[in-house]
Amino acid sequence: MSSSAGKRLGERAIEAFITFSGWSSILCMLAIFVFVLREALPVVPKIDFVELFTSTRWIPAPAKGNPAHYGALGLITGTLTTTLLGMALAVPAGLGAAVYVAEFASARARETLKVLIELLAAIPSIVWGFIGLMVIGPVVARVTGAPLGTNLLTGGLILGLMSVPVIASIAEDALRAVPDTYREAALALGASPWELVTRVLFPAAKKGLLAACLLGLGRAVGETMAVLLATGHANQIPTSLVDPVRTLTAAIAAELGEAPKGSDHYRALFVLGALLLLLTVAINVTADIFVRGIRTDGAKRAR
Amino acid sequence: MSAASNPFAPSLHELNKERITRRGRIITGLLALCLAVPVVLLLAVIFVEAMPVISLELIWGNATDKGRGGGLWGPLIGTFYLVITSVLIVSPLGVGAAIYLNEYAREGTATRIIGLAVTSLAGVPSIVHALFGLGAFVLFAGMGASVQAAACTIAVMNLPVVIAASREALGAVPRSFREACWNLGASRWQTIRTVVLPNAWSGILTGVILAVSRAAGEAAPILFTGAVFFKHVPDSGLARLLPYALDDTFMAMAMHLLVISTQVSNMPPERPFAAAFVLVALVLLINAAAIRMRMKLRNNRKW
Amino acid sequence: MSAHLELENLAVRYGSHVALSGVSFSVPKNSITAIVGPANSGKTTLLRCINRTIDFVSDASATGDLRVNGESVFGLRDVLSLRRRVGMVFPLPVGLPMSVYDNVAYAPRLRGIKRKAELDALVERCLRQAVLWDEVKDRLDLLGTRLSGGQQQRLTLARALSLEPEILCLDEFSIAIDPVTTMRIEEVLAQLKGHMTIVLVTNLVQQARRMADQVVFLNASRLIEHGVTAQMFERPQSALAAQYLCGAIG
Repeated sequence: MSSSAGKRLGERAIEAFITFSGWSSILCMLAIFVFVLREALPVVPKIDFVELFTSTRWIPAPAKGNPAHYGALGLITGTLTTTLLGMALAVPAGLGAAVYVAEFASARARETLKVLIELLAAIPSIVWGFIGLMVIGPVVARVTGAPLGTNLLTGGLILGLMSVPVIASIAEDALRAVPDTYREAALALGASPWELVTRVLFPAAKKGLLAACLLGLGRAVGETMAVLLATGHANQIPTSLVDPVRTLTAAIAAELGEAPKGSDHYRALFVLGALLLLLTVAINVTADIFVRGIRTDGAKRAR
Repeated sequence: MSAASNPFAPSLHELNKERITRRGRIITGLLALCLAVPVVLLLAVIFVEAMPVISLELIWGNATDKGRGGGLWGPLIGTFYLVITSVLIVSPLGVGAAIYLNEYAREGTATRIIGLAVTSLAGVPSIVHALFGLGAFVLFAGMGASVQAAACTIAVMNLPVVIAASREALGAVPRSFREACWNLGASRWQTIRTVVLPNAWSGILTGVILAVSRAAGEAAPILFTGAVFFKHVPDSGLARLLPYALDDTFMAMAMHLLVISTQVSNMPPERPFAAAFVLVALVLLINAAAIRMRMKLRNNRKW
Repeated sequence: MSAHLELENLAVRYGSHVALSGVSFSVPKNSITAIVGPANSGKTTLLRCINRTIDFVSDASATGDLRVNGESVFGLRDVLSLRRRVGMVFPLPVGLPMSVYDNVAYAPRLRGIKRKAELDALVERCLRQAVLWDEVKDRLDLLGTRLSGGQQQRLTLARALSLEPEILCLDEFSIAIDPVTTMRIEEVLAQLKGHMTIVLVTNLVQQARRMADQVVFLNASRLIEHGVTAQMFERPQSALAAQYLCGAIG
């Protein structure tokens, strides 16, 4: 029958597109690696990797006649300290909020909180950076007496606020995924609601909770705009909480505009980008290995 | 009534546990508040600071004097076109990929690798997306700094969002429907077209709306792929509604906010607050639409 | 009477698990054949081979042959047309998430039938045949998923009948519905026997006795015995069949 043969052709075209789309994410991921490395590679022989990780002398565009230095330690510690500070705030707040929403909140409170968490997650990072710069920074400066509001503390606070919704929502999913039979069994044995949470739910959901924290970590490490505006300009190892710092992400964003295309400086920034890429992909893949257990599709996969 | 005569009265041990539970409840509740209160406070601050300049002129007028006066029309319309172009690119790819993963592909190494690629893509820092966009679209594909390069970059960024939401929507449709159709002689695609997709529509749309929200708010990926701080937008006429060509640079809200917060001297503080307010309001409205769509979907399920 | 359906050493495995091993029998035209046996004996697998929905099970592999009207189903290129010649009713009632009318009109529309008058007549005929018409005739726009279990099972039957199939397969159709609906569907099947071949998988031995012309007894993937109903129930040749058919084992 010719009509059905024709339909098969249109159908086959659509299915070809669907298959291509299926592979598109692999294509994109590979492309990202390829293009970042492509721009970075030419400068790699000129970089002393020991210096990269141990020195704070970041002079990628030196005055004529002087050698370039690619010491990224200042940037690395900038990333590390802001992230750690952010995590120190976000993990307890996120896990605590998740526990409250999953176990203690009334149905209406739960709905409201979940909506608030989602809206919090939706705030663009540039706005967070702006808040750090114009709202929280001045408060921090006034409270601590620091000369500048844009510093490690402000940056860490902002990162914390940004990561909390990620951790809270995934942790809440993980807690909700623990079967009700565990809850009923624990309560039947006389556990109080608090003991239920700490002695039964946390151990049962620990993989999902760990994944939540890892994903929050990934977000903090990769954050660009917020730290660009909130942490200040100083490429240095901080000695106090209110020292200005600069992260890897912010350095790339700040310097890429001025580095002439194809120059060593430009390519060195791509090297930093490649490092960031490897780090964040590693974090996310690890988290995914943990999360795999807790998410189930609504119906079994159709094949 | 003494404890001895009432066998159901709580013992000291139980009273202790109740106290601990109450405390735990309060602590986690406070932590949950740590999410809610800062959001509301910060948004309120932004609104209050922006109030002097909020007016229709703010939305409709062109920016004057490097953003120190006038309105936000140029960046707003630019963001609008960027978002539309980007969503038109990412939606078919993302939905197609979800269909492939959920309806066609067999569980196996291929699907796991694709899943890993999607997760990795979700974790790539926005500045690395910017580097990729620069290397791949602006330079390699020869698009130059333009709306299309920026839209492609953001599309790659949003691919995991659309894929995840679409997969969830498709997975929620019970397998029994598909089997019923197959047994009536419907092909896989016919089944998807007539039964699965129509019932997964709202969930898919939620994902697309989330992609819209992210595309509107991201600054880093468009910094080097086409967004500029100033471009002449005519004051009247049809060109006012269509000021940017696909292969041309453009203004965008996120970029505008970044520059006026950090790089323009003598900026009256209400201006950046106003821009932040408009951007946040825009993003939150879009997200609220997604949340409402999800609730409507929950109530209108056909099974 | 020529055989409508012929199985010749049909064997099916799911990966390393054997679901059917070397089953051979034939089904005459316009008759009712009951396939009985305890759980996991391969009955559903057998049905899935008839319309090749076994293809959708990812690790399934089949050897041997199954022929419909002399033509092997495994070599067929146009599987969809095979499925349109075989109607299938499952154990669990399934109403598609669309109106009752669209449920029954689903398959015909896919085949290209568009004219409203034609579809209207077809829908009414199939719903009448499935003894559902009187209950839904004023509410044809009701969502299929909102019908009761018994109604959804009859709706599934109506859908299957909309194909005007040569072969109608029913897989334990009565386990999730009430006895009254079961009885009504059995009456329908007895009438349909006149112009289609019916293959009925059932766990209910008495149902097989009431309805079938021949009975096929499977146990643990093997065909133990098959024959005319009367003979199977009164003078079964294998001990296992005797035990199962009188209810001693299940």
